[in-house]
Amino acid sequence: MNNKVKLKIDGKSIQAEGGTNLVDVAKENNIFIPTLCYFKELNPLGTCRICTVKLNGKHTTGCTVKVSEGMNIEVNTPELLDNRKAIIEMLYAEGNHFCPTCEKSGNCDMQNHAYDMGLTVTRYPHVFSDKIVDFTPKRMIMESNRCILCKRCVEEIKTRDGKDVFSFVQRGIKTRVHIDYEQEAKLSEAEALYAMKICPVGAILIKGVAHEQPFGERKYDILGKDVIPSFKSGKAKKEDHEKFIVATTSLAGCFGCHMSLLDIDTGLLDMLEIVEFNKSPLTDIKNFTKRCHVGLIEGGCANEENVHVLREFRKKCDILIGFGECAIMGGIPAMRNFIPLKECLEESYMNGMTSEIGADIIPAHEDLPKLLNNVYPCNEVVKIDYYIPGCPPNAEHIWKVVKSILLGEEFSITHDEFKYD
Amino acid sequence: MAIQDNFPLRSSLMSVLWDIQRKRRFISRDDMTKIAREFNISRMELEGVISFYHFYHRADCGKYTIYINDCVISQYSGRNVIVAAFEEAIGVKMGHVTADKMFGLFKSPCIGLSDQEPACLINFQPFTNLTPFKIKEIISQIRNGKRAYEICDTPKSVIQYTPVIDKTVFCKPYTPYSSLSFLKKYNPEEIIEEIKKSNLAGRGGAFFPTGLKWQFCRQNKADQKYIICNADEGEPGTFKDRVLLEEHPELLIEGMIFAAYSVGASLGAIYLRAEYRYLKEKLEKVLFKYRKEGKLGKEISAKIPFDFDIYVHLGAGAYICGEETALIHSMEGKRGEPSTKEVFPVEKGFDGKPTVVNNVETLCAVPRILEMGVDSWLAIGTEKTPGTKLLSVSGDCEKKGIYEIEWGMNMREFIKLTGAKDAKMIQFSGPSGELLSEKDFDRNISGEDLSCGGSVMIYNDTRDLLHILKNYSNFFVEESCGICVPCRTGNFLLNKKINKLILGHAEEKDLADIIEWSKIIKTTSRCGLGQSSSNSLNDAMKKFPEIFEKRLSENTDFNKAFNLEKAIEEYDNIINDLSTTYE
Repeated sequence: MNNKVKLKIDGKSIQAEGGTNLVDVAKENNIFIPTLCYFKELNPLGTCRICTVKLNGKHTTGCTVKVSEGMNIEVNTPELLDNRKAIIEMLYAEGNHFCPTCEKSGNCDMQNHAYDMGLTVTRYPHVFSDKIVDFTPKRMIMESNRCILCKRCVEEIKTRDGKDVFSFVQRGIKTRVHIDYEQEAKLSEAEALYAMKICPVGAILIKGVAHEQPFGERKYDILGKDVIPSFKSGKAKKEDHEKFIVATTSLAGCFGCHMSLLDIDTGLLDMLEIVEFNKSPLTDIKNFTKRCHVGLIEGGCANEENVHVLREFRKKCDILIGFGECAIMGGIPAMRNFIPLKECLEESYMNGMTSEIGADIIPAHEDLPKLLNNVYPCNEVVKIDYYIPGCPPNAEHIWKVVKSILLGEEFSITHDEFKYD
Repeated sequence: MAIQDNFPLRSSLMSVLWDIQRKRRFISRDDMTKIAREFNISRMELEGVISFYHFYHRADCGKYTIYINDCVISQYSGRNVIVAAFEEAIGVKMGHVTADKMFGLFKSPCIGLSDQEPACLINFQPFTNLTPFKIKEIISQIRNGKRAYEICDTPKSVIQYTPVIDKTVFCKPYTPYSSLSFLKKYNPEEIIEEIKKSNLAGRGGAFFPTGLKWQFCRQNKADQKYIICNADEGEPGTFKDRVLLEEHPELLIEGMIFAAYSVGASLGAIYLRAEYRYLKEKLEKVLFKYRKEGKLGKEISAKIPFDFDIYVHLGAGAYICGEETALIHSMEGKRGEPSTKEVFPVEKGFDGKPTVVNNVETLCAVPRILEMGVDSWLAIGTEKTPGTKLLSVSGDCEKKGIYEIEWGMNMREFIKLTGAKDAKMIQFSGPSGELLSEKDFDRNISGEDLSCGGSVMIYNDTRDLLHILKNYSNFFVEESCGICVPCRTGNFLLNKKINKLILGHAEEKDLADIIEWSKIIKTTSRCGLGQSSSNSLNDAMKKFPEIFEKRLSENTDFNKAFNLEKAIEEYDNIINDLSTTYE
């Protein structure tokens, strides 16, 4: 069949078979349209919206467009690129995506898109809604915290007698994918594995095999491109003979990020040529003695004291950098946000495996900082200027960012250095 | 054989669910197991359907279920007093059911009685212009054994204005069957031609040319085609379709007959929103009459005789089902999620067959256009939008009700008709439409300028704009179908921003965020809901900047929405509770 049509994608003239899917046509011509829900030419789902392009000036999803004569398509305009990034960010804000604890990390389509887009933080406040992790089925786990409602499993996984295994329930912000246990039991091993495979994130897991592939050897550990972070103009200002002054702190974190900080080894000596540390666990200076150019924050805010320290940093530092997942989105400590505070405390101090019988002491003293109801990412308490993701962030990554902020230099971060886990 | 039996089995799912809900007052697990087996679907899929519609309950909702409108218009008509009166009379709070399972009190989005608020539905029977005294009466009568249908009100069709008689299209007497003579005069193509010439366009608010829609559907060959009337008017503040269904069901049915004749469809359905269930029986009676007269059924006499029949399909509470593809999914007994737009219903609609979905007002216009002749129709209104338009007016004005206006009327003239003396803001075409300020009052109501689906809500100087916007936003958050993230979560996040503004925590950056986020939601959402949900908020920021500026606080590097005292309150309470002894 000869049904060639001419169209334009980002100004480039292209010939393609009429009626083929735009995402595929673009790919053949080395124009990448990111997708999450699209995986089959038949029946495109159009749920994730990140493939939104402009067709003859109107917004539409790329996966639902079949190419025809004379189409004019825009894919990589600044507006569309930002839209895509915004949607990924919104998915991160809506779900509870703790990459460091996720079985799918490294094989996750969404994580990879976020790496490619150089996403360091979401512009939206985290929703932190309580979602169910359903362990009930014999083989499967449904981790709703990670589900992005792409609908792939709903549409694709059916029993041999044609019944749905996965279904959308509720609506609006409460929409979830639930498993029908009876139907799930009917799936063969291969079909169950397929369900896990087509899940673009880590929502559908098969017990026992989710960790089979070692981290570091996974799909996107090998693929993936380097990142050029976007930086605001201007650099830290100082007199020529002075050094830059840096302060650091660890709030509700594990000090792992500070450990990583030391991992540049002898590079640290070069760093000290231009940098002087003020308040920091590295110097053991407890209180600010002067105004600082840069403050490095590890960890989110879990208690009163964290908030006071963070606010103090905001007041005393020109530029604040959140480094590590905990500072950026609450991290592992924020996993308590889905459990009532009382239950957390009771589990730790009263009902835990190691607590004594009849123990009823929950620590409370005027010298102890009070716990907050939730763990808050730093940017929900004060303004944070830059973010360095990772758990912990790579040492090279940290110093590249700090140095370039201080000196106003451009730089790029390799794919290996840019990680959330 | 009932008409419904000609439809695929699955499309009867909603009515089966309704039967159980009505008898048992909720849908139990056992019921679900049985229904799932009957329809050969998984239980979880069924749960997905049930949980999509807010009128289906999974727990007992009381023998008498009371729904009170949550829309801002209702609030400004004294909703709080009414809620308090109900709570006192039945003894439980909003959202609860009495211990004896006699009464359940719930809120619902706009119930289509904005001109007669405060109003409520009790077992889907309307009670209008409520007062605390009236509520006491109603509850005591029900307690004494009266049924809701015995004591309910009949919502009045308040027609406040029509143009001169020659220019009135809808709101004037009609002799049933009279337009049907055109079936003998014209063949299907000729009717489509007439409708195309008339420039009639979808009156639900999308304004897609009706004639063109019919032509597309006609061109698609299929063994079965469907005509669906969209009587799911859910836009807060609109009630014009209720009045048409009440006053002129004949026009609607005849409109559907013409549509069926034109496109070659033999089955039709009226998708009636559950809030108008009290109109169902009446509609069915009229349909029965038409069937008896041979105007519906087999071999309807026409230039080319044809078969066509209609049944009434009851919705179950979901605003999104006003979107035609969502409506079709709902009719198929599925979740009312809109489709992607690569195929239109005229090609693949209900059950995969070519389907025309038209609004009530659109269909009612058809017999009138044929009756008066296209030329007289075209002489009314404007070039782009000939004819008249029904507007549902509510809010701060003297004369609430229906206005049939000639397209092209000046806004100021229209406001004068409503008797609104101090109109400050007008929400035009509903929360998804445009918010108008004084500056817009010189514009004209027409397809060329100010287009409108039907809802007009007027607010005076005493109303708090942010409160209004918060109410709209709550509505969209509640009604988003949840299939795409920009609408599902984007609207939720905008709602949080409005909270921030209301609490005085917002800074200039928050306003910039609202504009940026709205744009993302608008351009990437899957259907009209997300594409229009942020309209009013953005209009408000543009047209009433002073109101927003007043709410802004000083720009700082600290997020004022984070309140340390509040954040440690819970811990304090826990410790306090643990250290207290009660002996």
